[in-house]
Amino acid sequence: MRETDDCIRRPVFFRKLLNAVMWLLSAAGVALAVFCMLWILWSVIRNGAGVIGLDFLFCGSKPPGEPDNGVGNAILGTVFITLTAVVIGVPAAFAGGVGLAIYGQNSRIGNLIRFSVNVMMGLPSILAGVFVYALLVVTTGHRSGFAGSLSLAIILFPVVMRTTEDMILMVPAAVHESSLALGMTRARSVLCIVCRSIKGGLATGILLAVARTAGETAPLLFTALWSDAWPWHYFTQPTANLPVLINEYTTNSPSEEMHAMGWGAAFLITITLLLMNLALRFICREKKHA
Amino acid sequence: MFELFRKKENLRDRAFMILTLLCAFLPLAAAVGFLILLGGNSAEAFRTFGFGFLVSTQWDPVQELYGALPAISGTLLTTVIALGIAAPLGFITALFLVNAPEWLGHPLSQALDLLAAIPSIIYGMWGLFVLAPVMQDYIQPFLADTLRLGKLPFVGEDYNGFGFLTAGLILALMVLPYICAVMRDVFRMTPGPLREAAYGIGCTSWEVASDIVLRYGLRGILGAVFIGLGRALGETMAVLFVIGGIAELPDSLFGSGTTIAATLANNFNEADGLLRSVLFALGLILMLLSLSVQAAAQLYLRNMDRKRGEK
Repeated sequence: MRETDDCIRRPVFFRKLLNAVMWLLSAAGVALAVFCMLWILWSVIRNGAGVIGLDFLFCGSKPPGEPDNGVGNAILGTVFITLTAVVIGVPAAFAGGVGLAIYGQNSRIGNLIRFSVNVMMGLPSILAGVFVYALLVVTTGHRSGFAGSLSLAIILFPVVMRTTEDMILMVPAAVHESSLALGMTRARSVLCIVCRSIKGGLATGILLAVARTAGETAPLLFTALWSDAWPWHYFTQPTANLPVLINEYTTNSPSEEMHAMGWGAAFLITITLLLMNLALRFICREKKHA
Repeated sequence: MFELFRKKENLRDRAFMILTLLCAFLPLAAAVGFLILLGGNSAEAFRTFGFGFLVSTQWDPVQELYGALPAISGTLLTTVIALGIAAPLGFITALFLVNAPEWLGHPLSQALDLLAAIPSIIYGMWGLFVLAPVMQDYIQPFLADTLRLGKLPFVGEDYNGFGFLTAGLILALMVLPYICAVMRDVFRMTPGPLREAAYGIGCTSWEVASDIVLRYGLRGILGAVFIGLGRALGETMAVLFVIGGIAELPDSLFGSGTTIAATLANNFNEADGLLRSVLFALGLILMLLSLSVQAAAQLYLRNMDRKRGEK
């Protein structure tokens, strides 16, 4: 009752004014957010694009002041670490998502698993580093690129699993059921019929998750660490990688040259990930329209 | 022979079920494993300091006296600043994006989503080299001197571009895409007839948003805020560069301090013995904080799904 009275007492002019002000505010909010995004991109491009060159891309990193300084080893290390994380994490996470989608509906255990997946998705990434440190680095006695891969795989796992489950649940149950009715086993029906119908979306979702994980720094700080060497001792020694290199060059180094190198590395990683992101979104959208 | 084939297929099906279910249990196992490993490794810290560890403000590596309160309060303060900015901003940006025409709303939504694709270290670097000088030269003098906010308690007149406010701003920008995405879903979820009825009796679009959509989707919006909260709590790299890294209680918005994640990142590699155990204990605290926030988010968002299911 009180609220209706309140509405009647609000003069029309005031209501329209409030509406206009709020519309302006929300437009300004969007403008601010987009402006900040462009600002970040522009800083990265302005400071980083000039550093890129053949030496930068193909020479290994060296202490400041030496000639032919590059980040080739860190690029290769990042590729090693990310690919291994994908190999460890994605197939198992895909299987888990399939299992949860098929056997885990309306069951208490299924809901518990779903809850834990969501919790793991929101877990601070630095904790994955701490966990792998306690699990692998303490027991084996050395930091390694592989430990870094494992921590990235832990971050990747719940995202891929959730994407797989969501995608499978989007397929109409009739598709699954009719293939079962034709005498297919569950395994065959899921892999050959259900997953085939969503393979585009599934691949997009998984690659987006990989792209997000590839730029993670915090979990690598205690596991892969960082080194000036080429990553040939991936399993036994600290391994060079781009994110931690950026961290080292910006915080632990006073020299301008190192800052510039850091921006160059930041440029590489940002542009690669953004292009990957845009391309995936574009492909996904084309599919939807077709 | 057909029977044999059948048996083989059945066996394969059984193997498929066991394999996929085993994989499905992995996240649960990992969550439990996290708790066990962090708890086990932090036992020494809790034995040494007792539960006074949680409220002690000491951080003295020479005498080996450690307390968690500076890191905990710093974490909470940056998170509160970030959410205080990002939650209302997320609400009004989602409002604009949902109401805008398709040709404008779609690309802008995509642009906002791209904010989430930028790695956190880039935010940190941008904060350190670009935002911190801008804060020092323009924003903080404006807030402290022009608006005279510096006289207020807990704001302070000493500023150097770093500190809680800068960290909070960067965090707000980082969590904005997540909050905005969930809020857009909430807005789209409000039944059309409800909104049209409100327009029909002459409500302005702001009144529809604040009186109808906000109340209808309140739980979803709270869920969005908790999702952002979870992201902001444990963010490391974006905060690390601009927070200052001093283990002291926060005394002003412009002052420096530390967060749990930043403390871990700064000290973990050189730590051993008691300090390492203390850092594990901080990790455990961060894990429990994040767990409770995620649980709250799930509670709110699951009810939202149920509501959606009824529709």
